[in-house]
Amino acid sequence: MADTSAQTGRNVLRDGGTRPTRFRTFWNSFSENRGAVIGLWVFLAFLFVAVFAPLIAPYDPSAQFRDYALQPPVWQDGGAWAFPLGTDALGRDMLSRLIHGARFSFFVGIVVVVVAASGGIIIGLIAGFAPKWLDTLIMRLMDIILAFPSLLLALVLVAVLGPSLLNAMIAIALVLQPHYVRLTRASVLSERGKDYVTASRVAGAGQLRQMFITVLPNCLAPIIVQAALSFSTAILDAAALGFLGMGAQPPTPEWGTMLADAREFVLRAWWVVTFPGIAILVTVLAINLMGDGLRDALDPKLKRS
Amino acid sequence: MSLLKIRNLSVTFATSTGPFRAVDKVDVDVDKGQILAIVGESGSGKSVSMLATMGLLPWTATVTADEMSFDGQDLRTLSGKARRRLIGNDLAMIFQEPMSSLNPCFSVGFQIREALRKHTSMDRKQRHARCVELFEMVGIPSPEQRLKAYPHQLSGGMNQRVMIAMAIACKPRLLIADEPTTALDVTIQAQILDLLTGLQKETGMGLILITHDMGVVAETAERVAVQYAGQKVEDQTVTDLFATPHHPYTAALLAALPERATEKHLPTIPGVVPGQHDRPVGCLFSPRCQFADDRCRAIEPPVQPDALGRALCHYPLNAPAEAQAQ
Amino acid sequence: MLKFFLSRLGTFIPTFFGVTLISFAFIRVLPGDPIIVMAGERGMSQERYEALRAQYGFDQPIWKQFWDYFTGILQGDLGNSFVTNRPVWDEFFSLFPATLELSICAIIIATCLGLPAGVIAAVYRGKFLDRFFMSTALIGYSMPIFWWALLLIIVFSGNLGWTPVSGRIGLLYFFEDTTGFMLIDSLLSGQSGAFRSAVSHLILPSIVLATIPLAVIARQTRSAMLEVLSEDYIRTARAKGLSPERVNGVHALRNAMIPVITVIGLSVGTLLAGAILTETIFSWPGIGKWMVDSIFRRDYPVVQGGLLMIAVIVMIVNLLVDLTYGLINPKIRSR
Repeated sequence: MADTSAQTGRNVLRDGGTRPTRFRTFWNSFSENRGAVIGLWVFLAFLFVAVFAPLIAPYDPSAQFRDYALQPPVWQDGGAWAFPLGTDALGRDMLSRLIHGARFSFFVGIVVVVVAASGGIIIGLIAGFAPKWLDTLIMRLMDIILAFPSLLLALVLVAVLGPSLLNAMIAIALVLQPHYVRLTRASVLSERGKDYVTASRVAGAGQLRQMFITVLPNCLAPIIVQAALSFSTAILDAAALGFLGMGAQPPTPEWGTMLADAREFVLRAWWVVTFPGIAILVTVLAINLMGDGLRDALDPKLKRS
Repeated sequence: MSLLKIRNLSVTFATSTGPFRAVDKVDVDVDKGQILAIVGESGSGKSVSMLATMGLLPWTATVTADEMSFDGQDLRTLSGKARRRLIGNDLAMIFQEPMSSLNPCFSVGFQIREALRKHTSMDRKQRHARCVELFEMVGIPSPEQRLKAYPHQLSGGMNQRVMIAMAIACKPRLLIADEPTTALDVTIQAQILDLLTGLQKETGMGLILITHDMGVVAETAERVAVQYAGQKVEDQTVTDLFATPHHPYTAALLAALPERATEKHLPTIPGVVPGQHDRPVGCLFSPRCQFADDRCRAIEPPVQPDALGRALCHYPLNAPAEAQAQ
Repeated sequence: MLKFFLSRLGTFIPTFFGVTLISFAFIRVLPGDPIIVMAGERGMSQERYEALRAQYGFDQPIWKQFWDYFTGILQGDLGNSFVTNRPVWDEFFSLFPATLELSICAIIIATCLGLPAGVIAAVYRGKFLDRFFMSTALIGYSMPIFWWALLLIIVFSGNLGWTPVSGRIGLLYFFEDTTGFMLIDSLLSGQSGAFRSAVSHLILPSIVLATIPLAVIARQTRSAMLEVLSEDYIRTARAKGLSPERVNGVHALRNAMIPVITVIGLSVGTLLAGAILTETIFSWPGIGKWMVDSIFRRDYPVVQGGLLMIAVIVMIVNLLVDLTYGLINPKIRSR
């Protein structure tokens, strides 16, 4: 029985016309995974904070209250409700900086995923449809990029381009892009052999139509999953670059950069170190939970395994 | 006394969309040295009932039965350890897909010796000798070399012979063959069936042959049980079943055999086996049955007496006049 | 097997060539004149500039520069550091053992914990242990390791005072490098307490470095096991009456190991990337810290050479992983 239901599911996917059913089956399967739903809610909260940061944050992220430098959080001796999560060495409110930091992380994630995915998908489609020599050339090039540890390559790229958040995003997008190329090419190759593609070719569909309209929609499931996972990778890598001083530059309330500033206070003021890290961890964890749920819901092969 | 006796076996799977009953109140009887064929379309629960007997169903399955005994041993109350002493030893099974049913990481010889090591007290040398002997029995040429081969180096037919050798390694008293020929070429199919029936005669074991192929049934079996949508709908000896089918489903299956075709077009049974969500009330075959009336569509059919092939039907076919009068 | 080996080697060589090209291009093609950068804010005379350009070969045509660079690499010449003027090749190999020691410890921790956790999670699928291991693994997988390192320092070095904050060994101990591995050298030196000190310096960095590979290995082992457990041959093994331990531990694990070995091998790249952060935080004198320092000092020959060497090491490890894959997978071995 499982066979027949999986088959009808796939037929529905192919038709394309029956969108609501398709979304419903996806949603049913996604909402079954409790972790994924929690991840989604946290992610939405993170999105909300990022969008409305200036309205939510009690202070300007770079406003310095020199008299209150390194004030501990409210529940510890010496803390006050004025600064619920305490202040950093320059007397800036931790909470406000964290809230504004969400903007940068979200921005990094979106830009990196959009750039890496669109570039990777197009190159992957070309590789999948190209003659053998071009395919080999593209894939060899991707192998070369993948031979470098991604963080190292991004670090050197940023060093050459000059340290800034924008350059960090470009570098991260560049090193994440080969994954999309490989993924897209692999699914294109497996889809191309199927009858519906042959049928569309016989019906006279041009190369471009075949690439983007016939084949691409059927390769999207793994790409969407990859997008979710590289969203979190992008946030982590951007924070790591910021931490090494090669990402967003100091006054910016980016979480990794905040951690770099806080390093010298590791043993004196735990809160300046702990909170930015928790913010990164919770965000990345939520996105990964969501990504796992997406994978289980979208990938019929891994379904219920 | 029957070797395997099952009464009122039901198997229910817990699925994401609710429980699904794959086997519904099925009885099975096999005597020593008997060949029983279980016939039905895919999805009729033939394999599931046998996997339940072997205790090989996944944890999502719930098995209930009034009786389930092998050679007097109650299979329902057997501990895991005691069951593992029984299966692979006295009770063995071979599967449909020989290529994927053997572990690709180990040589076929290792996989057979493993069964011998588990169930017999043979030493290394004896185990090897037994393997060679088994390969000769199942007709694998140059056994010494083939024992070292990996499954992907052998053809489907060869792998199925290996599976059979593995299953009969410990001289089982009952062998369950789950569609042993479906995945093989037509020419190999006949060889494998001959091999199975030959081994059955030689060793005197019981044999349950699960198949969807009526031709295979006619050639090999002594008794036939026909299953439909998880229920047993008919149970007769082969000759009686082919001569006088009592259930409309059996009759339709037989009519669909090319050898029996009387017209230019082969008759087919319209529709498919009902699934989890479209189970009809009343007789499960009623939507596809040409004889069905309102009673069939409303009331579950009774089991007819032995004389009528225990047909699960309100109006059994080919019924003698006095039987129908009752 | 030979054919498999040759085909892998056939992709290795062009990739190696491409990697050298990229590491070369980074410095030469992208904006910024390295000589000017080297001079820094002091500036320099025109003659000095020309002399330096000639010394580093920047006055040659670009293809000639690449050819000299490429032939140099094949002879083990990666140029000299701008800062120390020592050959990059020598600097790399004097620092590499430190990174290797750290990476080996990390991969041992990751494999010894990740593999059993993954197997147990798959076997007890859906039960408490599965959920516990997998949530822990997902947290590890999502961990910003530079922050994780700081947390561990706060707890173990700050609050508890158990472990030192930085370096490879206490300042009291001094001995010659014999193997380059501090654990072995400290034992060979025979100084009391030296080994203890080496271990206590190593423990936090290796835990930090092991975190992500550990999570990846546990998750991959679980999904590989689950996939294998639904295979037909597992049913066959159970039908033989084998014990669950034998079915899971021999029949399933052997097949699940094939993808897992690949994952362990591929995490070498992750380790070297992680070493950049870990070594920086713990002041571990390995190639990760050396690279970061060189980037800040704009020591281009070192950045270029280090980038190339790390990529080559990753490629060699991947090649070895492919060969191991061929050895443990009978389908390839017998080809």
